[in-house]
Amino acid sequence: MADDLLRLRDDEAHDEPAVTLDSFLGQSNATAVRLEAGEDARALLPHLERLALVEVSFPSFRDGRGYSAARILREAGYTGELRAEGDVLVDQIAHMRRCGFDSFAPAAPIDEAAMARMLAIQPHVYQCAADDRAPIWKLRHG
Amino acid sequence: MYKYDTYDQAAVDARVAEFRDQVERRLSGALSEDQFKPLRLMNGLYLQLHAYMLRVAIPYGTLDSRQMRMLAHVARTYDRGYGHFTTRQNIQYNWIKLEDAPDILAELATVEMHAIQTSGNCIRNISSDQYAGAAADEVTDPRPWAELLRQWSSFHPEFSYLPRKFKIAVIAAGEDRAAMRLHDIGIEIVERDGQHGARVFVGGGMGRTPMIAPEIRDFVPLADLLSYLEACLRVYNRYGRRDNMYKARIKILVHEIGAADYARQVEEEFAHVKALGIDLPAAEFERIAAFFAPPAFETGLSETIDRSDPDFALWLDQNVKPHKAPGYAIVNISLKPVGGIPGDASAEQIDVMADLAERYSFGEARVTHAQNIVLPHVRKADLYAVWQALAEAGLAEANLDLISDIIACPGLDYCSLANARSIPLAQKIATRFADPARQRELGELKLKISGCINACGHHHAGHIGILGVDKKGTENYQLSFGGSGAEDVSLGKITGPGFDEDGVVDAIERATDLYLARREAGERFVDTYRRLGMEPFKEAIYG
Repeated sequence: MADDLLRLRDDEAHDEPAVTLDSFLGQSNATAVRLEAGEDARALLPHLERLALVEVSFPSFRDGRGYSAARILREAGYTGELRAEGDVLVDQIAHMRRCGFDSFAPAAPIDEAAMARMLAIQPHVYQCAADDRAPIWKLRHG
Repeated sequence: MYKYDTYDQAAVDARVAEFRDQVERRLSGALSEDQFKPLRLMNGLYLQLHAYMLRVAIPYGTLDSRQMRMLAHVARTYDRGYGHFTTRQNIQYNWIKLEDAPDILAELATVEMHAIQTSGNCIRNISSDQYAGAAADEVTDPRPWAELLRQWSSFHPEFSYLPRKFKIAVIAAGEDRAAMRLHDIGIEIVERDGQHGARVFVGGGMGRTPMIAPEIRDFVPLADLLSYLEACLRVYNRYGRRDNMYKARIKILVHEIGAADYARQVEEEFAHVKALGIDLPAAEFERIAAFFAPPAFETGLSETIDRSDPDFALWLDQNVKPHKAPGYAIVNISLKPVGGIPGDASAEQIDVMADLAERYSFGEARVTHAQNIVLPHVRKADLYAVWQALAEAGLAEANLDLISDIIACPGLDYCSLANARSIPLAQKIATRFADPARQRELGELKLKISGCINACGHHHAGHIGILGVDKKGTENYQLSFGGSGAEDVSLGKITGPGFDEDGVVDAIERATDLYLARREAGERFVDTYRRLGMEPFKEAIYG
């Protein structure tokens, strides 16, 4: 999996394996956790200080719960690595980026050239999200 | 009307380039059909029984002459010369080639049009009142709100892979012309203490489990609207069912946990989201609203209309509605000629309507959820000329809201989901009741046909509703009475055992005969049904 990991962060990759949410909540020293699609990201909010990696599972690219999980974590101030894992495809990555994901562990290899094109294609965005892109309304009104 | 600025244009152009890239990757095999499907759906492209179907967005049903001419051009160049106006105030083309789709989208983009989010499990085209800006009963023009929501929902990063599709309607009048409470979110703009705000209804819809949306919040100030809607959507995205696509709409979530509990969760989320600073400044709303300022209505116009041509007078009484500006009227163009396909218009007819809008209606036209077209601002003095031009183009059917003004889905003639044909049945009913005097005698009677349980033909909301089902390999039609998508919103009740195609037409005739025999003064068919209940109608139908 590590071979296919796409990281859009400058820091060193975290090497501690992610534990399940139940294990994480039951032990005090884990620094990496994996959220399944149906699990509540808000359960992590009291522990953000010690987290270095949150891995969010996408069992199918059609299952969009992970987008909300990511935004909730970023809105609460989480700054560690936020990884989308599973059925992660080229055409969903731009939205994932906007929701705060900054690393990707796709189950199948990604065409990086296509990904770069898709990430760059929309010059502006219409709404606020978890990234720092200014929405069009802000650009219009300075 | 709203006009794109360079940001809007760049967004739509970029979307065309993105979709072209995706189509190329699909044709090369880099994308599987499974992976490509949601991408093409979010660009309005369906794979139907015989070909691809492209659904083009007409935001809140408003378009100008230039855009209409483009719709005619697409029909002529890429389809078989027709377009089909839909119950979501959009237009769809039934004979599209996949490899042409990016070029069509590029042509549409030159007139500020697109097919973004006309399908897929995302926030769909926002629908609204077709009389917006013209109706005397509106609190304000709802379209600036709808345009604001169009922009906010376009390429929304969190809400593009929802459990299921998501439809929002915005109205601002007491009379509901948009079936607002049969949407996932229905917004009614109301005034309180001199301020406009949104009354928010969540969890309505048709489909196999029809629901009328309960009120979730009685007033959301404009300044909080986007935060509040983000909260509504986030609760749904996180907790809406994903195990069964037939239970995935927000109406099921709201029904299962209860409107009060859903509202409480939204309030909690809203308290959090509100603090993020995602709401628009008032200046942006004002910028959008300025595009919808009333056109330069003339004053001192004559109110008198020469009714000496009897055919014109009939059309006038049926299809023309009062306008808020003196000397003006709202013209409804029926796309329901007897024997025709409901909602269809030829490229030539679309061009005629574009010309009439340009010459007589400040360049503006509207699409209605009942699959008709509106010229919103016509001088009363011009009505006769408009009628003559419509008559010449086969567009002067005087049947608005009468029994032959049928809403019908494409049905088994086109749709891969359908169990039964809708169009031939609509044609048969319209033909049976073809006599215009008889239709007028029956009065307002909203008849709606769906060719399967997904209810695209709004049969649950029909005064008379018809649902086509497959019964051991033959088409069978279930009849229901008493539905309404208007401010007297209600869901129809099934009469009893279904019928074959001719049988259902006979049953409707027996029911309308009973109505004529039993109605009291001023009662519409649906009023008589509500007063008498199902029993006498059952007796009349099944004897």
